[in-house]
Amino acid sequence: MEAAAAAAAGGGCGSGPPPLLLSEGEQQCYSELFARCAGAAGGGPGPGPPEAARVAPGTVTAAAGPVADLFRASQLPAETLHQITELCGAKRVGYFGPTQFYIALKLIAAAQSGLPVRIESIKCELPLPRFMMSKNDGEIRFGNPAELHGTKVQIPYLTTEKNSFKRMDDEDKQQETQSPTMSPLASPPSSPPHYQRVPLSHGYSKLRSSAEQMHPAPYEARQPLVQPEGSSSGGPGTKPLRHQTSLIRSFSVERELQDNSSYLDEPWRITEEQREYYVNQFRSLQPDPSSFISGSVAKNFFTKSKLSIPELSYIWELSDADCDGALTLSEFCAAFHLIVARKNGYPLPEGLPPTLQPEYLQAAFPKPKWDCQLFDSYSESLPANQQPRDLNRMEKTSVKDTADLPVSTQDVTGDDKQALKSTVNEALPKDVSEDPATPKDSNSLKARPRSRSYSSTSIEEAMKRGEDPPTPPPRPQKTHSRASSLDLNKVFQPSVPATKSGLLPPPPALPPRPCPSQIWAIMNSVAVNICIQVVEWSEQVSEAELLPQLSRAPSQAAESSPSKKDVLYSQPPSKPIRRKFRPENQATENQEPSTVASGPASAATVKPHPTVQKQSSKQKKAIQTAIRKNKEANAVLARLNSELQQQLKEVHQERIALENQLEQLRPVTVL
Amino acid sequence: GANYPLYIRSTPTENELKFHYMVHTSLDVVDEKISAMGKALVDQRELYLGLLYPTEDYKVYGYVTNSKVKFVMVVDSSNTALRDNEIRSMFRKLHNSYTDVMCNPFYNPGDRIQSRFVCLGRAFDNMVTSMMIPVC
Repeated sequence: MEAAAAAAAGGGCGSGPPPLLLSEGEQQCYSELFARCAGAAGGGPGPGPPEAARVAPGTVTAAAGPVADLFRASQLPAETLHQITELCGAKRVGYFGPTQFYIALKLIAAAQSGLPVRIESIKCELPLPRFMMSKNDGEIRFGNPAELHGTKVQIPYLTTEKNSFKRMDDEDKQQETQSPTMSPLASPPSSPPHYQRVPLSHGYSKLRSSAEQMHPAPYEARQPLVQPEGSSSGGPGTKPLRHQTSLIRSFSVERELQDNSSYLDEPWRITEEQREYYVNQFRSLQPDPSSFISGSVAKNFFTKSKLSIPELSYIWELSDADCDGALTLSEFCAAFHLIVARKNGYPLPEGLPPTLQPEYLQAAFPKPKWDCQLFDSYSESLPANQQPRDLNRMEKTSVKDTADLPVSTQDVTGDDKQALKSTVNEALPKDVSEDPATPKDSNSLKARPRSRSYSSTSIEEAMKRGEDPPTPPPRPQKTHSRASSLDLNKVFQPSVPATKSGLLPPPPALPPRPCPSQIWAIMNSVAVNICIQVVEWSEQVSEAELLPQLSRAPSQAAESSPSKKDVLYSQPPSKPIRRKFRPENQATENQEPSTVASGPASAATVKPHPTVQKQSSKQKKAIQTAIRKNKEANAVLARLNSELQQQLKEVHQERIALENQLEQLRPVTVL
Repeated sequence: GANYPLYIRSTPTENELKFHYMVHTSLDVVDEKISAMGKALVDQRELYLGLLYPTEDYKVYGYVTNSKVKFVMVVDSSNTALRDNEIRSMFRKLHNSYTDVMCNPFYNPGDRIQSRFVCLGRAFDNMVTSMMIPVC
């Protein structure tokens, strides 16, 4: 940028104002100032000033506003400033190009040195212009570098900056890892899945202050923390704490922050939002706030952060002050905070910082509020489902328009619903990862073509539920197009092999498995979704066309029992009002399918839809889409199958190894 | 089981191999003492094995935990200031630090408590350092 600016200055020199010779220090200072003005003018939330300034030199101008502010900050009388503005040529050309800006700065310096405001003045050596610090973000950094002290100057900068960041709402929302004070506030319900929205409170402010440019720094910091919902950074994880699935994903590798050494102990201070978040996490592991988290539980939890074991053990050493192998709430918060810090690139301290000492934490934060709404639907028995649940809720709301899965119905079925959410969440991330074009963001999940997401989701859920003992409740009145009917075929496969009992592992890796009953609940609900959703976009599928597909479907799904299928098929044709199915389906979730064993075939064949002929082409398309979807679903299921087989093998091996160890240890103890 | 050192440290880093050797050979003496005690009661006294054997230059002390983890301390013979009580207290500190390391859920029993895993057992290492310096 300096080169560009210099070139611009050089280029512009020839016309108008006399040649401007800048010393190196002046060049640097001026270009930075110019960048500030240009960038600030270019719209705050936009790309950082340097980017703006790097646009073709000739076209960059500094807007009058920031420039005027800057000039006023120089504390020169207004008349002098007018003169300067005139002299530098801005008045003439009508804007503050780089040349004009630099000349103006030089004139300011001249004026501050007591020289008359003349073009001739700038020909001699001048000190850098001085600008008084003002509240504006950019201008604080202006001025003679020599005058800026280190931290002292930056602290007020930090505070004002934080305030300003608090104000900049939409900018913050756009950014994944926003200024810490904002982000947790902005989205507490979704914060669990977006773990890195709890960055160190002052870390980013400090980063910004220490970085050259104001704007790029937060972006830089933000980028690595982008959390792809379906990203590959899945949990190494252990099964029990599934709620860390999304947590894992959010723990993507962060970049190194600069200049850590200049930070005070601020990075080790826990903000209120962070504290709340940690407390919520603690609660997920241990309902009683005054009790401990055992070592193994904590180990599993922290392992999901994807930090290396040595680092985790070191963090434990730091935070477990009483070395009892268990973490109290304060110790847990300290450990969590250290992990967050480490993930954000901070080096681990040699000793536990004073702000992280348990006594300090206990004194600083009174008894936490346990009634955070994050835990509304959390069940203690299924701590693993928390994060996915939040995500699910988000996802569900987005899906609402397509497949109205009412959260209320989910509220009805307690564990089932939670399990549903968790598995849906698992399924969804997998979908996301499968869909290459989909940006990895929870929002993107919402934006994805619903039919695709739903069909695969349903199938995965179906897979998971497949092994549940009681026959799956085929929805009594299920209308479905071909696609959904085929899905249901797969859904209701009571004899699904054991391999499908596992839960769809999150893309990167891990295997937490909800128990079969949960799986069933999930599958049922999701299958409902699919039916409804499919129905939505192909409303006039004729039963007549359905029937051939239906008959074909049984051959494809070899495992499903024919009777059930017939039952299924009988249902769709007869349903005029499809949306009502959802509540009904939910209601009949746990009912026996046998209730619906009416004359299936006859019912199926009966109703030729009046509009069949009109819709034939549409239906063909629908059929083809359905076929495609089913093929994809097949592939997914096959892959799932192989993965589960693999996991099964591994688990077997582990078991054998453990048994061997046990055998080996037995004689030893008989000393 | 295998007798490999979980942790070994010596102050003058020369002669380190000699100390390794001494410690290793002293393990036999430790085993001897353990078996001699038979099914002894768990007691601090029994944990401390006392002087294992003296050489012309060194004295070797032993200590064994309930889980059969052995601590061996080699002290220079010329250091007459060290008394039995002090040795006992040093062993006690070692034992405490070791249990602190064990409390760390990320520590797998049988892992080395030093070197490659720099982050683990730092407190243990610091404690040992604090003990060794006054002795030297």
